[in-house]
Amino acid sequence: MSHNSETLAHEVHEGGHAHRDDVGSKMGIWLFLFTELLLFGGMFILYASYRYIYPNDFKAAALELDPILGAVNTVILLTSSLTVVLGIVALTKNNAKLCMTYLWITQVCGLAFLVNKYFEWTHKIHLGIYPNGPALDDMAQGERVFFGLYYTMTGLHGLHVIVGMAFIGFVMWFIHKKYITSTNLQKLENSGLYWHLVDIIWIFLFPLFYLIH
Amino acid sequence: MANGTIAGNPAEVSFYEYDGKRKGIAGWLLTLDHKRIGILYLISMLSFFAVAVTLGFLMRLEMLSPGETIMKAQTYNSIFTLHGVIMVFLFIIPGIPAVFGNFIMPIQIGAKDVIFPRLNLMSWYLYIIGGAIAIVSLFTGGGIMDTGWTFYAPYSLRSTANISLSVFAAFVLGFSSILTGLNFVTTIHRMRCPGMTFFRMPLFCWGLYSTAWIQILATPVIGITLLLIILERFFGIGVFDPNKGGDPLLYQHLFWIYSHPAVYIMILPAMGVVSDIIATFTKKDIFGYVPIALSSLAIAFVGYLVWGHHMFTSGMSDTARVIFSFLTFLVAIPTGVKVFNWTASLYKGSIDMRAPMLYVMAFIVVFSIGGLTGLVLGTLDTDIHLTDTYFVVAHFHYVMFGGMGLLFFASLHYWFPKMFGRMYNEKTAKVACWVFVVGFNTLYFPMFIMGYLGMPRRYYDYLPEFQIWHVIATVGSWIMITGMIIMFVNLIRGLYKGAIAPENPWGSTTLEWKVPSPPPLENFDEIPVVTHGPYHRDWEDDSLEVVKEVKKH
Ligand code: HEM
Ligand SMILES: [Cu+2]
Repeated sequence: MSHNSETLAHEVHEGGHAHRDDVGSKMGIWLFLFTELLLFGGMFILYASYRYIYPNDFKAAALELDPILGAVNTVILLTSSLTVVLGIVALTKNNAKLCMTYLWITQVCGLAFLVNKYFEWTHKIHLGIYPNGPALDDMAQGERVFFGLYYTMTGLHGLHVIVGMAFIGFVMWFIHKKYITSTNLQKLENSGLYWHLVDIIWIFLFPLFYLIH
Repeated sequence: MANGTIAGNPAEVSFYEYDGKRKGIAGWLLTLDHKRIGILYLISMLSFFAVAVTLGFLMRLEMLSPGETIMKAQTYNSIFTLHGVIMVFLFIIPGIPAVFGNFIMPIQIGAKDVIFPRLNLMSWYLYIIGGAIAIVSLFTGGGIMDTGWTFYAPYSLRSTANISLSVFAAFVLGFSSILTGLNFVTTIHRMRCPGMTFFRMPLFCWGLYSTAWIQILATPVIGITLLLIILERFFGIGVFDPNKGGDPLLYQHLFWIYSHPAVYIMILPAMGVVSDIIATFTKKDIFGYVPIALSSLAIAFVGYLVWGHHMFTSGMSDTARVIFSFLTFLVAIPTGVKVFNWTASLYKGSIDMRAPMLYVMAFIVVFSIGGLTGLVLGTLDTDIHLTDTYFVVAHFHYVMFGGMGLLFFASLHYWFPKMFGRMYNEKTAKVACWVFVVGFNTLYFPMFIMGYLGMPRRYYDYLPEFQIWHVIATVGSWIMITGMIIMFVNLIRGLYKGAIAPENPWGSTTLEWKVPSPPPLENFDEIPVVTHGPYHRDWEDDSLEVVKEVKKH
């Protein structure tokens, strides 16, 4: 989303006036993260309203989810957030190789998260618990809403994991090409921030769906 | 505004002529220059606008007589939906920020460009893609959308028309809006030239700044809401479907949490334009600069809290309704601050009634009618009687079209010399304005009366006793469209045949008038240094000479 303007300035204004603004670029990404939070904020409002309307159905539905699977995914994401930070630190110390290793670990964690999610979803779908599925259609109204929200919110979050992995993938390519170096790592920091956001959203989703009964 | 003259070298080529790496059409479609992007928006936006005006014209024709006149009921449903969607999402909301914000704001704050030029271009592409998807949705799937521009559930979940694609178009347009807002906030924080403090920014920039925050903070909510409609239609997730335990009322809440603040996305930058134009054509510093600047922020803030006034009759507790009604009245306070300060600025000013100023005067009258009838709707008991009648249609046309629409035209005239380097014919411009305003009132004022008498909105048929009002309104639409045609013909003629515009034809004080018309690629030869407020007149004498000279043309 954000980029520093050094290369841009050259392209727009071939006359020179190179201009790079790390603070501005960081501000841009923070504003963007706000919008992401608000996007999920709308979903959280829905969740809260429906939980208020159907307290018992929500409890019953939550029991269908496996907290162990959720917990494993929480650990995976937390680890990946840590490795991103370690990667940034490594690059500030000019150790691009170590940075790449950490970023690779992050990517593997992201993938592991998605695989885990995939098994969780397919298992549910196998049981007929999906919108318009046979098992879900027999459940109480509140449970149907619960699973509607469950699939939407975790699905949307999963999509963000994929986008985050793509960002980090680009950054890795740039590091490889030496466009991103210890003196110019705003892009790396920004994609790190994005990854933390994805992590934080999951940290809210996990208790809401898996833990509160 | 700045010390000494900082105008670029007159021999310098304008941004139109400057050939960068890429020439011709590619030089435009891949441009990162905020001015070219502003022009791209202008062209694409006016094209969409022309389509929507045509649809409105057709609707008015249908209402000329009771019963089926030129189209069937279902066609009418599609046409008012399409008219609303295009007008709201493709014209009124992005209008002033995307066109004039892009072109003028960076120059007004003394910057060479916005901070993220590439993101800026991407916003334009998202705008075009969103518009294109909306067009594709007309010809594919189950037919043209028929839900009204609000996409209310549960009808939007059940209609067999091609809702998903149109809703997706609105989603993409929302993305474009968010990115523009993000770009503007960051630009205003980071790119102001030396000496340009926040309270030395022209009020247009303040309008854009407040708007940009609303774009960032409100648009994601409509994004998720629209996404849910799509998911619901494809997968039946059931969050708004009453059959599955969902609640359509929650849809309305989420929708208006965005869409009420969205009316301020439309109006705040427009109000910024008013301040700039008044300062220019009264030759005075604007009265109460700081209150006007801060009232923009106040409107942006209170505007968040009033969405419930759209749902007085949808089923809410009495307490909630009273609270929303009260909060709605609160918005009138910062709005009043603006209007009173403008009036005070006019007082004892030497008012130069040029076309942009004439549009602004028309705006103040028309918008006051719109605002006062907003109070009628914001009052619980009168709203129960008037909701979903033509009264509402009249109200929002008075505020949206009479507000933002008129000021879009005002901006077009005000900045025309700067943007295109030529003048239009002043007399014709004024005639166009008068014809437009007369047509406008003939078209929309009868709707207040009809609504009061009980004519419901969104019906293609009506009882014979309403016909007289419908006939007046339809004739009004012809007059109004004539006014717009005169206006655009005049502007297009000016584009080719108009006199060459000087740097500062109106004797304005803000920075954009200190660079050549049209500006060179990077706006400024050297970055200006600002030493006082935006409307301070330190070079009045020579600018008045310029005005006289232009008058002769
Ligand atoms: C600033 C520019 C404004 C714009 C662009 C605007 C726009 C609109 C629109 C589009 C609607 C119709 C919604 C629908 O389709 O149902 C509407 C309705 C309404 N507006 Fe405004 N409005 C503005 C200002 C105001 C103000 C100042 C007030 C009150 C002080 C107000 C109060 C209302 C109310 C209460 C309704 C609901 C009427 C009903 O559906 O019963 N509006 N407005
Ligand atoms: Cu509202």
